[in-house]
Amino acid sequence: MEQNWQLARKRETLKKRARIIHQIQDFFIEQDFLEVETPHRIPANAPELHIDAVPSGDWFLQTSPELCMKRLLAAGYDKLFQICRCWRAGERGRTHLPEYSMLEWYHSHCDYHQLMDDCEALFLHLSSDQQINWQNQAIDLSPSWPRMTIAEAFSQFSPISLEAALATDEFDSILALDIEPKLPTNRPIFLIEYPGKHAALARKKPSNPQVAERFELYIGGLEVANAFSELTDPVEQQQRFAKEELRRRKEGKKPYPSPDPFLKELATLPPSAGIALGIDRLIMLFCDKSEIDEVVSFTPEQL
Amino acid sequence: MYSCSDLKKGLKVLIDGEPHVIVQYDFTKPGKGQSLYKCKLRNMITGSLFDRTYRSGESFEPASLEERDMQYLYQDDSGHVFMDKKTYEQVILTEETLGDDKYFLIDNMDVEILMYGERAIGISLPNFVNLRVTQSDPWVKGDTAAGNNKPATVETGYTLQVPSFVDEGTLIQIDTRTGNYVTRVKE
Repeated sequence: MEQNWQLARKRETLKKRARIIHQIQDFFIEQDFLEVETPHRIPANAPELHIDAVPSGDWFLQTSPELCMKRLLAAGYDKLFQICRCWRAGERGRTHLPEYSMLEWYHSHCDYHQLMDDCEALFLHLSSDQQINWQNQAIDLSPSWPRMTIAEAFSQFSPISLEAALATDEFDSILALDIEPKLPTNRPIFLIEYPGKHAALARKKPSNPQVAERFELYIGGLEVANAFSELTDPVEQQQRFAKEELRRRKEGKKPYPSPDPFLKELATLPPSAGIALGIDRLIMLFCDKSEIDEVVSFTPEQL
Repeated sequence: MYSCSDLKKGLKVLIDGEPHVIVQYDFTKPGKGQSLYKCKLRNMITGSLFDRTYRSGESFEPASLEERDMQYLYQDDSGHVFMDKKTYEQVILTEETLGDDKYFLIDNMDVEILMYGERAIGISLPNFVNLRVTQSDPWVKGDTAAGNNKPATVETGYTLQVPSFVDEGTLIQIDTRTGNYVTRVKE
């Protein structure tokens, strides 16, 4: 019998993937970040309306390591990173796998601006010539990358106003279908300052409490990372979780247990910022692949 | 009923009472936002193509179409001709209706033809077909940028990536659902 060529042909990509992951670890370790591992299987994820967890016995597979990472921050660890597997039920497409690799890093005593600087530095560390060539598009990585507020993005690219989109629950579809395809692709871009409703764990911007200190990083039109300054108020966080949980139930979704130890320990979380970056999409960019299937050894369909 | 999570390329659903097939499909989700299911659909009766984006919570009625066992005969100016193996009745499917499926048709091949009343509107292919490579440049050793694969064209004009060791004249198996190379076929 002939070798499974769909696996064999990925050798060069998988070699490059392994090399990039080592370079990412080097990048953070050199800057005194502590690499940690936290459990994949947990009793409760942060309840979010549009993120469905995969059950595992009475518990769940993590949708993100964020709760454990923030509990470590709250216990006094100041710079942390982790590369791990996350699971999100039902997410499968050209750039989505229901099981995927996430890089998360956290700093205490800073806000989300620091994380934008980190993103720039990380990508420069991984590229030899300050440039990525992805799908016939040269992407100039030289800092600093443009930053556009969600309000600006809606006024430039959306057929309806941001207020109207929020009122009619069209925010997500306009972002995905009208705005994302029009974002510049020759430079990475940060979309910043999301409406409060769309940032369940983020701190509100002190000078404009209508928006949260959250950003999304897009490179070549691909959404690569989501970040925010952390909400550190346990009472407000509990209220927001309750609101998300209520919205989930209204949509007929199963109730999720509350992550109580996280809520309790949030009281000792210093001002902090954290970010989740999709490793597989980063590898797609550096390996010039258009589909996530090309950068992992196995897709669920091949198992 | 299908839900959004059942949507995929090739799925046939009823929209306004008419059968439609999903010819392109992608799932997308902005940030922590709502799941969006982007489909390109073809109305299997009129042939018209259109894009539609669905959101989680929507449901779809399956288009259950009669399937008839037929044999592929040949292609002429009117399109691809198939024959009912019981009645010897012949039906024609245009290139447009077949889409990429036209690349996986071999003379005398057994297929299932989807019927809407007395009209042929689609095809159900076997999962695997064997086709002969008619053109493929020799692999240049040391060309690591390309990995260990190279493009090849098969007898139907379809081009795909194959392993470096596949030469012109080789019979290969292709998965018709993905269009990907599977293996060489022993003759």
